[in-house]
Amino acid sequence: MAEKFDLNEREVWDGNYAASQALRQARVDVVAAYPITPSTPIVENYGAYVANGYIDGEFVMVESEHAAMSGCVGASAAGGRVATATSSQGFALMAEVLYQASGMRLPIVLTVVNRALASPLNVRGDHADMYLGRDSGWIQIDAFNAQEAYDLTLCAFKIGENHSVRLPVMVHQDGFITSHTAQNVYPLSDEKAYEFVGEIVPVDDMLDFSRPVTYGAQTEEDWHFEHKAKQHKALMDSRPVIDEVFAEFEKFTGRKYNRVEGYDMDDAEVVIVALGTTVETARVAAQELREEGIKAGVVGIRVFRPFPFDDVRDMLENAKSVAVLDRSSPGGAMGAFFNEVSAALYTTPNRPLVTNYIYGLGGRDFSVNEAKRIFMEQKANADAGHITTDIQQFSGLRGPHLGYFQTKRS
Amino acid sequence: MIEIRWHSRAGQGAVTGAKSLGDIVATTGKEVQAFALYGSAKRGAALRAYNRIDDKPIITHEKFMNPDYVLVIDPALAMTDDITMNDKETTKYIITTHMEKEDLIKEIPALQDKADRVFVVDCIQISLDTIGRSIPNAPMLGAFVKVSGMFELDYFLENMKRVLAKFPQKIIDGNMQAITRAYNEVK
Repeated sequence: MAEKFDLNEREVWDGNYAASQALRQARVDVVAAYPITPSTPIVENYGAYVANGYIDGEFVMVESEHAAMSGCVGASAAGGRVATATSSQGFALMAEVLYQASGMRLPIVLTVVNRALASPLNVRGDHADMYLGRDSGWIQIDAFNAQEAYDLTLCAFKIGENHSVRLPVMVHQDGFITSHTAQNVYPLSDEKAYEFVGEIVPVDDMLDFSRPVTYGAQTEEDWHFEHKAKQHKALMDSRPVIDEVFAEFEKFTGRKYNRVEGYDMDDAEVVIVALGTTVETARVAAQELREEGIKAGVVGIRVFRPFPFDDVRDMLENAKSVAVLDRSSPGGAMGAFFNEVSAALYTTPNRPLVTNYIYGLGGRDFSVNEAKRIFMEQKANADAGHITTDIQQFSGLRGPHLGYFQTKRS
Repeated sequence: MIEIRWHSRAGQGAVTGAKSLGDIVATTGKEVQAFALYGSAKRGAALRAYNRIDDKPIITHEKFMNPDYVLVIDPALAMTDDITMNDKETTKYIITTHMEKEDLIKEIPALQDKADRVFVVDCIQISLDTIGRSIPNAPMLGAFVKVSGMFELDYFLENMKRVLAKFPQKIIDGNMQAITRAYNEVK
């Protein structure tokens, strides 16, 4: 039986410590992990809990991230509660097995501390790894600070293991900006946390010898398409379950999460749409601009997959000019996040102006002042009734301005 | 909001110092942030650590700040690093040095017109005397407690004992002495 871990009602934790505590409190059966910066401390802390007797489950040190996720697949298929952590290149090496896990409908929880992908080598935070996972069939939940990294990791087990979902779940936090920034965190007691998460009830577990099952079967053109369609449907149908889990979490903590978060959005005309810590930094800018009479608002995407097409539309349909911020190198296209938000807005009657900012790659600072500047460009667009800047621009880039495409006007 | 910037070398404990300060400030009911900007994460490399303290939740995540306090725990960095970067007319400086304040300011042109806001304390010598190693973070905390007037010394010491609970008693005692001495010696 695990030793009792003393927690205070108020702790000062960074995002990594918060995530590792959530894994401990969820009483994970198997963690198979290979540490990588900046998520190393999640694995390191968890290893320390194991060594000091705070964990009853198994902790498997493996030789690569590919093996880490493979170990998770095996343990999850066997019927256990399973989790791991990774970042960046580690995430990239896991990529093959991520698709295996989601295709086999295994409710593994992966805490991802977002970091840039090489080359050039860079250990700091951007969303390149998060974007790499966006078609992998996992639910992707995004924390904007350390408290949320803790809260949402607990929620992730309850969402993924729900029998009408049965999908793996990633919980993202920004490398260094969240993972290595200590802040006030208000954890649940171990008892309350476990009461919330609940016991895992496996489905088709391989260790049920009375009812043998196969995982990882081959299907060609006869059934592959139907499997993939079911997987997509499962992701889409997870939306109400996510809402239910968030509602139940609010009952435990008073902290309310939504698949799309809106701040100052009731009458907002100019809006920043973002992921991660940038959502909070932009909120500071919006509040300051509101004191100058500018109707600024911020939309944060809490659940990146399944993409909240409907809620994005509802939240933004009355905006005039919207800046969508992509923290990942777009690689010869508009930002992927911009494309998704634009597609949602194209189906609204109002069709607000939408612009794309590429920013913060490799950990480049995103300041309140830069957020204000972006808001003011949206204000100029709203006043003019058309996009006055390049549709895609790089924000915070050194050297000459880089931007592409202008509005076609007759 | 109060903002603090630490100038340090990796291995001198600025990150731990910033996190300990955050931990203790949080016990007073305030909201805190503590983070660092590492270079290539080698011992001896210059780094900066940061604290933010406020009455309401801190939601800015920018690295940029106009510090209210600049804490320099490596004597040479006072000369070589840009310690007055983005400062304000009220920014207070606490600098580790074995020199007299007047002599130090003569060496640092950027501090010439800020003498009334500069405080000095020899954190290196204090940590050598009390902890037995050059770990200038704990004494800097003592000097900060005095200069900021943010806490009573006894309150800070009691809470620091809790933060250090996992260490042997000898280390805890050394830290208590280091904080107390710096509190009394900063000028």
